[in-house]
Amino acid sequence: MNVLVILKMVPDVVEELEVAENGAALDVEAARMMLSESDDHALEEALLLKERLGGKVTVVALDAPDVDEALYTALAKGADRVVKIEGLDQPLTTSLAAAAVCEVLRTQPDLLPADLILTGAQAIDDLDGLMAPLVAHHLRLPYLGVITGVAADEAAKFATVVKEYSGGVRGEFEVPLPAVLGVQSAERPPRYVPVAKIRAVMKTGRIETAAAPVMADGGLALTEVLALNKPEEAGGAEILSGAPEEAAGKLCGVLAERGVL
Amino acid sequence: MSGNILVFAEHFRGALTEATFEALATGRELAGKLGRSLEAALLGSGCRDLAQQLGVAAKVHYVEHPALGDVTPDLYAEALSQLVRICTPRAVLVPLSNLTMGVGTLLAARLRAPGVNFCTAMDIQDGEIRVKAVLYGGKLEATVVPRGEPLVAGLWPGSRNPEEGKSTTPPSLIEDFRPQLPEKPQIRLKRYIEPEAGDVDIREQPVLVAVGRGIQSEENIALAEELAAALGGAVCGSRPVIDQGWLPLSRQVGKSGATVKPKMYLAVGISGAPEHLEGMRNAPLIVAVNTDPQAPIFRVAHYGIVGDALDVLPALTEAVRKRRQETHA
Repeated sequence: MNVLVILKMVPDVVEELEVAENGAALDVEAARMMLSESDDHALEEALLLKERLGGKVTVVALDAPDVDEALYTALAKGADRVVKIEGLDQPLTTSLAAAAVCEVLRTQPDLLPADLILTGAQAIDDLDGLMAPLVAHHLRLPYLGVITGVAADEAAKFATVVKEYSGGVRGEFEVPLPAVLGVQSAERPPRYVPVAKIRAVMKTGRIETAAAPVMADGGLALTEVLALNKPEEAGGAEILSGAPEEAAGKLCGVLAERGVL
Repeated sequence: MSGNILVFAEHFRGALTEATFEALATGRELAGKLGRSLEAALLGSGCRDLAQQLGVAAKVHYVEHPALGDVTPDLYAEALSQLVRICTPRAVLVPLSNLTMGVGTLLAARLRAPGVNFCTAMDIQDGEIRVKAVLYGGKLEATVVPRGEPLVAGLWPGSRNPEEGKSTTPPSLIEDFRPQLPEKPQIRLKRYIEPEAGDVDIREQPVLVAVGRGIQSEENIALAEELAAALGGAVCGSRPVIDQGWLPLSRQVGKSGATVKPKMYLAVGISGAPEHLEGMRNAPLIVAVNTDPQAPIFRVAHYGIVGDALDVLPALTEAVRKRRQETHA
């Protein structure tokens, strides 16, 4: 079973996010970038499939700040090959990113076919579309999203996948392969890999590079961001200040007033 | 180009979703401002009756095909794109839910039309549709304009009151549309997996202490359990805590989990990503504890404490116990 995983870097939202000078984009230089959370789960699911069924895991990512670290980490976790697509200017819309990735997948002789293409179900910056269905569209493959489990037969003809709805209800689907799945969460939390192992891989492992394609449409986006702002305060919380004990005391007063206590 | 607004009405196990009614409410406003009419697209097999509940729309397109019995994004997007080519709306509003995840993206891609996700509000300015969309887990908000038509807008559920999209009268016109599709979908739903009954039903609890990433480790859940016990409630969690296996799936609040409305919802170490807010924003009293004063959770909370979960939880438990003793004394 050969699985291809598409990874994307996104800003770490635990940090303060700055808006670029034009007022309409994120200041990527000022942001700390990290692997998109659901992409990390997609990688984990791919590694679980490899452990169960054998085969190879190939990882593809667009160049971005700190992407090398994410790719070396993928190698340290058990990915067989990692490929970085270079030469595209940030920031990219998800539509353009998907088009670029698919063009590389089509033109690089040894990346496709894959039995399964996995990526995150959704990223926090997927403003103009989701990566998984866009990739499925470009490669003309079946797609299903919000996946929390994948099992496949040895012959890799079909996969049985679990999709989440709401309220804890899930659906079990039969998907013909090859297919593109948007992974919400892997069957177990993404594995931890010690920093020492990542450092060792940095010395011995290799990140392959591929040149970004020239986009047929010149990379024209169909949407325009006029402004990017901190959301307007709608009401907002009354902050109970003070040391934890003091704030806790104030909150108890509120709870008593509201009949909760 | 009809220039109308078309809402994709989604339904699950025989019922229209609340997100559909939210989309209808937004669609009606938008159509009103444009002086156009609101239409709805109901896709499925043997579900024509549901169109009766879409009376906010002037016209409902009932798109019937045996392959549309269960939602598979490929066929739903294909059927919708065939309809859109005929009814030529200015914008298609699609609820951004787990159920139909990907349908909007595929529709925009097939039509080579602009797509905008995570929409929380839509307006008309200088004749242009302007969309507000939340990005980066709710930390920033984008104002977006489409360059082309139709706009395919993915609406974030929980952004407005679904009651505004409901009507007691049926739509004046229901039109049948038969799309050209393969007889069977490639992707097949085999069965539903029902949620396992948890030890407690978090939807029935008067007080919920919800923990997120800020709780840091499984051992620290005990701090939340103690506070929940003192308050007479239960502990629940946001997605990262469930994914780590620190709490069972039955305790998840948000898009994939339960929607809850306790008397008090205490969110501890939860940043307040839109997926989480969707499941708890209607609680009458929301209190948030977070180290980051900019965390989006503070925008929906009524009261907030800026501090570390591990410091605030024991302090709160202590204060609640003390207060209870005082009242009983």
